[in-house]
Amino acid sequence: MKVKAIDRGIVIDHITAGKGLEIFRKLKLKNVHFPVVLLMNVASTRYGKKDVIKVENRIDLDMEMLALMDHQLIVNIIENNVVAEKRKPSLPRHIKGLFNCENPRCISNEDPYVSSSFVRIDTEKKTYQCIYCEENVSLMDKRF
Amino acid sequence: MELKGRKMVSLNEFTTNEIEEIVDAALEISTDITGYGKLLQGYIMGALFYEASTRTRLSFESAMLRLGGKVVGFADASTSSSKKGESLADTIRVMDDYCDIIVLRHPKEGSAKLAGQFSTVPIINAGDGGHKHPTQTLTDLVTLKKEFARISNLKIALCGDLRFGRTVHSMLETLSRWKGNSFVLISPEKLRIPEWLRSNLEEMDIDFTEITDLETGIERADVLYMTRIQKERFFSEKEYLKLKNAYILDVKRLKNSPSEMIVMHPLPRVNEIDYDVDNDDRSRYFQQAANGVPARMALLALLLGRWRQ
Repeated sequence: MKVKAIDRGIVIDHITAGKGLEIFRKLKLKNVHFPVVLLMNVASTRYGKKDVIKVENRIDLDMEMLALMDHQLIVNIIENNVVAEKRKPSLPRHIKGLFNCENPRCISNEDPYVSSSFVRIDTEKKTYQCIYCEENVSLMDKRF
Repeated sequence: MELKGRKMVSLNEFTTNEIEEIVDAALEISTDITGYGKLLQGYIMGALFYEASTRTRLSFESAMLRLGGKVVGFADASTSSSKKGESLADTIRVMDDYCDIIVLRHPKEGSAKLAGQFSTVPIINAGDGGHKHPTQTLTDLVTLKKEFARISNLKIALCGDLRFGRTVHSMLETLSRWKGNSFVLISPEKLRIPEWLRSNLEEMDIDFTEITDLETGIERADVLYMTRIQKERFFSEKEYLKLKNAYILDVKRLKNSPSEMIVMHPLPRVNEIDYDVDNDDRSRYFQQAANGVPARMALLALLLGRWRQ
């Protein structure tokens, strides 16, 4: 399958196969007026299969959110038909208020003053720790 | 760093030297427990106990009174504004102006950490759900130092509810910072230590094994630390009933354990230590409970900057 190369814009490459649609939706690309393409299950020498999103425009990306959704992907910035920059998103050190602590006994699920708050403890395993009850949470299969 | 003004959410925020400073002060106090009656005159301790307690609350109150200070607070959350829906954060903000130091026990894990974010006076975690109980660990360290004259190079067997047992979590985390301590963790599969604690121990390369058999676990131990299977931590009564009699220490089971071993327990006990064991030379749990007063006296005096002033 061939998709026309873009002159100026963004290519989100090496998305874990199956996660492309989730990221496409999170970026609200369905509602834009410039060309966008979501490719799913494209052959990949590195991963076997991958998803790819091409956007023919420059848009603001929350790189930390992208990393939380899929820390395998790479963002290519395209200028004049060539890759001007490659960006690898990295997981945030702290996450506040994005999701609740899974421990039902945690104070962050009880006190109205508290926002859930987590600190990264293992990048490889995408593991975070609640700063209150210290329970670990893996974000590997978490949807945002 | 000076201990004055510090908050004690867990012992992790304190260096081993600082912890030993508290333990040594407690040992000194315990030789003359009535001799410090003017140390905290004019100071008020707020005791906020949202959860039932006998030893922790009363030993804190006794400690403050023995130091010449006064105590305000509640021993039952139903008599506080939390019954009207007041948040813990608001209660702490108010109590902050009413007292010089706050002692908090709360059923939710991480509550002491939250309280620390809203207080300007020292907060002491007196137990936050099944999470941590640092002042019980101080009491345990005082007991160990009295018995062995050291808190390093000890073989410690911990038995019972290691998943929800906050005394176990604090003790393991703390003692693993001293050289040469090793641990045998005896529990049913379902009550093994939580993942956050296991990963901490592994990261620190601590010598620990997890087993289910009590008698094997105490074959070479210096200390057997028994804990209660805590009914209040289970969401299902059925699950509690399945596990409640998992370990019962009696004279027969103690027979083959080392004669110099000591038996500790943070109390209260239900049936996990048979009453006959009380008369065994190895039992130390009542002495351990008594050590709670000098341990807490030392802590209060140090956090309020009044020790050796």
